[in-house]
Amino acid sequence: MKSNLFNMIAVLLVVAVCSAVSIGYVYELTSEPIAEAKKAKIVAAIKEMVKNFDNNPLEEKTTIGTDGVVLYPAREEGNITSVAVETSSSQGFGGKIELIMGILTDGTVTGYKITQQNETPGLGSKVTEAAFSKQFVGLNTHNSNFSLKKDGGEIDAVTGATISSRAVIDAVKKAVAAYNNFAGAIDNEQ
Amino acid sequence: MSSKTWNNLTRGVVRENPVFVMMLGMCPTLGVTTSLQNGLGMGLATMFVLMMSNMVISLVKNLIPNMVRIPCYIVMIASFVTIINLLMEAYLPALHEQLGIYIPLIVVNCIILGRAEAFASKNNIWYSLMDAIGMGLGFTLALALLGGVREIFGAGSLFGVPFLSQDAYPILLFIMPPGAFLALAGLIMVFNKIVGAK
Amino acid sequence: MSIAMIFISAILVNNIVLSQFLGICPFLGVSKKISTAVGMGMAVMFVMTIASIATWLVYYKLLQPHGLEFMNTVVFILVIASLVQMVEIVIKKSSPALYQALGIFLPLITTNCAVLGVAILAIQKEYSLTEAVCFSLANAIGFTLAIVLFAGIRERINMIAGDLPKAVRGAPIVLIAAAILSLAFMGFSGIGR
Repeated sequence: MKSNLFNMIAVLLVVAVCSAVSIGYVYELTSEPIAEAKKAKIVAAIKEMVKNFDNNPLEEKTTIGTDGVVLYPAREEGNITSVAVETSSSQGFGGKIELIMGILTDGTVTGYKITQQNETPGLGSKVTEAAFSKQFVGLNTHNSNFSLKKDGGEIDAVTGATISSRAVIDAVKKAVAAYNNFAGAIDNEQ
Repeated sequence: MSSKTWNNLTRGVVRENPVFVMMLGMCPTLGVTTSLQNGLGMGLATMFVLMMSNMVISLVKNLIPNMVRIPCYIVMIASFVTIINLLMEAYLPALHEQLGIYIPLIVVNCIILGRAEAFASKNNIWYSLMDAIGMGLGFTLALALLGGVREIFGAGSLFGVPFLSQDAYPILLFIMPPGAFLALAGLIMVFNKIVGAK
Repeated sequence: MSIAMIFISAILVNNIVLSQFLGICPFLGVSKKISTAVGMGMAVMFVMTIASIATWLVYYKLLQPHGLEFMNTVVFILVIASLVQMVEIVIKKSSPALYQALGIFLPLITTNCAVLGVAILAIQKEYSLTEAVCFSLANAIGFTLAIVLFAGIRERINMIAGDLPKAVRGAPIVLIAAAILSLAFMGFSGIGR
């Protein structure tokens, strides 16, 4: 078809409008499942991380500090047994890494589950796998050094993905600091 | 099935395989193929976009002024990519997370704009669809092969199921960036040997 | 992350081409000669830096205030494509010499996934405008470094092409060379965070 100013503008306009309408429609259609999938993931991660509870930790969430760390205390017969900590780091290789960490009341880490990351597939994304995450299990928030071995700590970095490993540790450190604050506050209460 | 249909369908799989022969779409080919599952997922997502864009472009090809042809194609392709990105995030969140930034980058996959320009803008919708399926299959096949090879050697597993014993070390290099180039070089050598021998 | 770290990380440690696999098409396609590789590198540096400013502004000033973040792929590719066209026209009018040098590479840049990739990454990493500009400039330098080094290697390979076994001629030997170059860049991975 021959081009002239009128038909060029008209066609581009029509194409742009069709594109915007169809994307907008699919966005409306998927926004609920996407939000639900995200929430389900966080809820599942929290339930997996905390031990022995009969309350709904989601209902008791408290925010500590300014860096966006959220705590979900799990109680059995009213006493706190463990806490799920939602934390994040923006120092990941592909942007933000969000994770949920579980900590028992004596400070023992039960592990973490990554809920959001954009790390390089097959390299940085390995921080989501057990081989890396199991190193955190059993560490204690009061006396363990949450750093990479090459920085003098106790954690082996994922091979070839130091940035991603450090980002997870950054998030974990925020969680630990927030938890220790929180634990101090409970001790004072009791 | 007429011979022309068959011809359009099979051309992309072997003779003009986008990866092994034409060397197109290299970024996702090398970037996401750390496992068979990722390779397959990326291949199928690209195939979906390719089918949609080829069909729509072949339908509207006579309505678009020549000068604004490319911008129109790009907007359409980008729309389909955004749509599949949203759909995957909603219904396949795990795979969506694995493929990450490479999904929006389907937009600049040279295969898609290349087929729109070279084929769909000149042929009818049926042949364009066949061409898209053929090219999509060829691309998916190549990515799945590469992902499979890299996962077997680099992680000692297939489809995420490990087959090595705990104390055996896989050749980690194959999962890392240099391994992508090496594995693809190896596959092209084998491909050339088989296809060239005919 | 400090500005210096952004540069070291993007140029050496996580080179955009050799470890991120963005911009592989021009990396393999326009790297037969050092001179053309330099031209491509310059063109990419130019467009990538301007594009990152434009896409950052569009995202934070236009899309985000209206809750349209999900449209970013479509809008970014349009911004980049029109930017490339505009740059081409401006250079053609204002500096014929520069146009001679960059001209043929400019249209190819629209489909260079490194440009779109860097624009999207800068948003994903929640960079400020200054950081985003540095990030894209650093990645562009990384791209240029990789493609020029690689062109140098390919010029050498071409000299001995006749002695190679038949199976590795063409694409395979080029990919093997890229693998070795990528392996060399992995040596930087201890630097920085």
